[in-house]
Amino acid sequence: MLKHDILIIGGGGAGLRAAIAIGEIDPELSVAVVSKVYPMRSHTVAAEGGAAGVIKDNDSFENHCMDTISGGDWMPDQDAVELFVKKAPEELIQLEHWGCPWSRESDGKVAVRPFGGMNIERTWFASDKTGFHLLHTLFQTSLKYDNIIRYDEWFATKILVENGRCQGVTALEIRSGKVQAIAAKSVIICTGGAGRLYPFTTNGSIKTGDGLALAFRAGVPLKDLEFMQFHPTGLPGTGILITEAARGEGGILVNKDGYRYLQDYDLGKPLDINDPDHPVKKSMELGPRDRLSQAFVLEHEKGGTIPGPYGHVVHLDIRHLGEKIINKKIPFVRELATKYAGIDPVFEPIPVRPVLHYTMGGIDTDIDTATVIPGLFAAGECACVSINGANRLGSNSLTELLVFGRIAGEGAANHAKNNPGPDISALESQEKDEQNRILKGFYQKESGTENISGLREEMQEYMDSGVGIFRNEQGIRKTCDKLAELKERFANIKIEDNTSTFNTEVTVALELEGMLEVAQALSHCALDRKESRGSHQRSDFTGRDDDNYLKHSMAHYTGDIPKIDYKDVIITKWPPAERVYGR
Amino acid sequence: MGKTIELEIFRYIPEIDEQPAYRSYEVEFEDDWVILDAINHIKDKMDGSLSYRWSCRMGVCGSCGMMINGIPKLTCATFLKDYYPKKVKVEPLLGFPVERDLVIVMDDFMTKLENVKPWMIRDKDKEKTIDKGEYLQSPVQLEKFIQFSMCINCLLCYSACPVYVVDNNFIGPAAIALAQRYNLDSRDDGQDQRNEYIGKHEGIWDCTFVGECSKVCPEDVDPAAAIQQAKVTNTQNFVKSILWPFGGKK
Repeated sequence: MLKHDILIIGGGGAGLRAAIAIGEIDPELSVAVVSKVYPMRSHTVAAEGGAAGVIKDNDSFENHCMDTISGGDWMPDQDAVELFVKKAPEELIQLEHWGCPWSRESDGKVAVRPFGGMNIERTWFASDKTGFHLLHTLFQTSLKYDNIIRYDEWFATKILVENGRCQGVTALEIRSGKVQAIAAKSVIICTGGAGRLYPFTTNGSIKTGDGLALAFRAGVPLKDLEFMQFHPTGLPGTGILITEAARGEGGILVNKDGYRYLQDYDLGKPLDINDPDHPVKKSMELGPRDRLSQAFVLEHEKGGTIPGPYGHVVHLDIRHLGEKIINKKIPFVRELATKYAGIDPVFEPIPVRPVLHYTMGGIDTDIDTATVIPGLFAAGECACVSINGANRLGSNSLTELLVFGRIAGEGAANHAKNNPGPDISALESQEKDEQNRILKGFYQKESGTENISGLREEMQEYMDSGVGIFRNEQGIRKTCDKLAELKERFANIKIEDNTSTFNTEVTVALELEGMLEVAQALSHCALDRKESRGSHQRSDFTGRDDDNYLKHSMAHYTGDIPKIDYKDVIITKWPPAERVYGR
Repeated sequence: MGKTIELEIFRYIPEIDEQPAYRSYEVEFEDDWVILDAINHIKDKMDGSLSYRWSCRMGVCGSCGMMINGIPKLTCATFLKDYYPKKVKVEPLLGFPVERDLVIVMDDFMTKLENVKPWMIRDKDKEKTIDKGEYLQSPVQLEKFIQFSMCINCLLCYSACPVYVVDNNFIGPAAIALAQRYNLDSRDDGQDQRNEYIGKHEGIWDCTFVGECSKVCPEDVDPAAAIQQAKVTNTQNFVKSILWPFGGKK
C-alpha cells in the first residue's frame, strides 16, 4: 500500500504552503500532495488583486481586524481573525523571501494598494496577477524539498477513517483509472471552493468543491455554506473576473445614465474622480462585495441597468486613470476586457455584472485547522476557520491560504509524529470496497439514461434562482426539492466511456456526485437561516437577527436531507454593531 | 446562433485504438466563442468520451494548450470566428507523447523544470530572518526579470521549438526562461548552480534562434531572449574557465 506520513489533498496555495511548512519542519517526514490537476493549474492562479497584510506605519492590527469582522457582518470567529491578522505580515514577507515578485515603491519596499471594505491601503500585489505569482512561487519553492512527493492528476475519492482516526484516502489515478488507498497519519484537505455549483462564476472548471464533499461524507460538518460571495464585477457571458483593484485604483461604477448609482444604496456620497481624495476607502466603489452586488440587483429592479446579450450590466469605467496607469497597475484588466469583452478599457467602459466568486463557508475547523476527526485538517477556501463570516473582504483570501496553510502543515506534522501508523488490513478492506464502488458505479456502469451535463446544468440553474444574491423561503424550498430529485436521478447517469485511460467522463461524474451533496447542504443552511446577513439576503427576513442567528450553521451528513444545527460565533473584543460604509 | 463550424479533432484512446484518427464535429457557435467553448460543447452535448485538460478559461492556468491548424495555441484565448468558415483542426501539443485524445504526457517538462532549480538560492551571508523584513528591490531591478516570471507553463513554446520536437533532450524554452527569471533576480545568487545544468546539457547550443517559442508565447515571456542570454553567460564562463583555471565564475 502507498504510505506517507502526511497527505495533502489539493495543490493550490494552501496545499503547497502546508507542504513547504512540513518540508521546513522535518526532512524525514514524508509528505505527499495529491491533486486532480498539476499544482500550477490550481485556481489560486486566477486571483488578481492582492493579499492583505498590515505593514505600513499608518496601519494597525486593530484596523485590519475590525475591517474583516465588520466586513463579515460579525460572523467571523474573532480569535481566528486576530491570529490571521497577526500572522499575515510575516507570511507575506516569507513569500517575498521565496522570490514572489511583489510590486515595489521607488525605494525598493513592497507597495500596497487600497481594496474594498478596507479603511487603509494594505493590499500587497504583484501587478494584477498576484495569485499567479503566489502560486508559482510556492510551487517552484516546493520543488526544492526532497520529502515532498507529488501525485499529480490523482482524484481523491474518499477519506479513510479507522479507529476514530483519519488514516489516509483512496484516490483515483486519472492516467490509469486505478483506485488505490494511500495511507497516512494525517491528512489536510486544501481543495478550494465550490463556485461551479453556480452557472455564472469566476471559478475555473476544477472548482467543484470536492474536498467539502469528502469531509462531509466522512462525518465532518460543513459550516456557514449559505454565505456565497457574488463579486460585483464579472464580464458578462464568460464570468471572467475584473479585479477589485480596478476600483482600488479609482475606477467607478455607473448605470445606464452614467450615474454613480451606488450612492442610492447607503454606500456614501461620491467624490469627483479628479478629487485627490478619490477613491474614498470603505465608501461607494470601495464598499464590500456583498453590498455592491446587492446594489446591482436593486438598481436593475429600478430600471437603471443596461441590457446586453448575457443579461443586464452596469459599466465599470477606468478611462480617467489613463493608459499609463492602466498598463502599469492593472494590465491584466486591459488584456481580459480587450480579449473577452471586445472593448479596450482605455477608451470604453467595461460591461460588468455580479458573478459567483467565493465560498465563505466550508469544512468546519477549529482555530488550528483541525476538524472533528483526529488527524484530518483543512485550510484555504475549502475550509471555514472562520475569518470570512458572511462576506469575505477582497485580498484576505490569498493571505488566508498562506497563514492557515502553514498552520495546517505544522498541525499535521505534529499529529503525524505523535500518532501510530495506519491499520493496514482495515484500510485494505476499505480500499477494496471503494475500488468496487468506482468500478461498478462509474467505469463499468452499464445502464443509465441521465446526461451528466444536463443534471449539472439543472443544479446550477436552481442554485442561481433559489440561493442567489436575494433569497426567499419559496425559492429556497424549490431548490431543495430539486436537489433531492437530482440526487435520485444521479443514480441513473449515463457513462458511455468505459475505458480506463484518462477518462474524464468518469471524473466529471465524480465531481457532480460531490457537488450535489454540497449544494444540498448549502440550500438547507440557507433555508434555515431566517435573517439577512452579509451575502445571505432573505427578502422574507430582511433584518439581521443577532439574538437568534449570531451562530454558525452546521450541516451534518445523514445520507439523506442534511441535519442543520448551530455553533456560537466567538466574540473577543468587537461586540456586534451596525455595518457602516460611506457615512 | 445559426453559424456552424467544423472541428476535426484528434482522437486516440490507447486501450481501444490501434492508431490515432480524426473525428469531425459540427458545432453551432456565437462570435464570442473560443475554441475551448466548442470543445466543451462537444464533451457536454455530443461526445462525452472526448478527453482534454482545461480550467480557468482566462488564459492563466496554462492547461488548455493544443495544436490549432498546426499552430500551438491556448484554446481558451483563440476565437472560432477567426477561422470561420474554414474548419478547425485540433490536435494535442506537438513534440509530446499522447496520453489520450488531446491530453499530452507532461512528465518530461516537470523533470526539466525541477532540474533548473526554479527557487531562490541565496548566499548564506545574505540570508535574513523574517523579522528583518523584506529584501529591498527597486522597480528597475524587478523589471529585469519580471517578464521571464510570467511563464504559465502552458508548453506552447515546446511544441513550436524546432529543436525540442525532434530532440527531447533539449531543456527547452520555458525551463530556461524560468532559470533566467531567478538568475536575473537581485535577491538570488544561484546562477552558477543553474548554469551547471543548463550549460553542460545539450540543448542551448542547438537552439538556432528562429524565435518560434517567443512568437507563440501567450504571455510575451520571450524565452528566445532568455536562451540567448543563457548562451552568452555560459560562453563567457566557458572562456573564462579556460583562461583562468582558478575560476571563471560570474
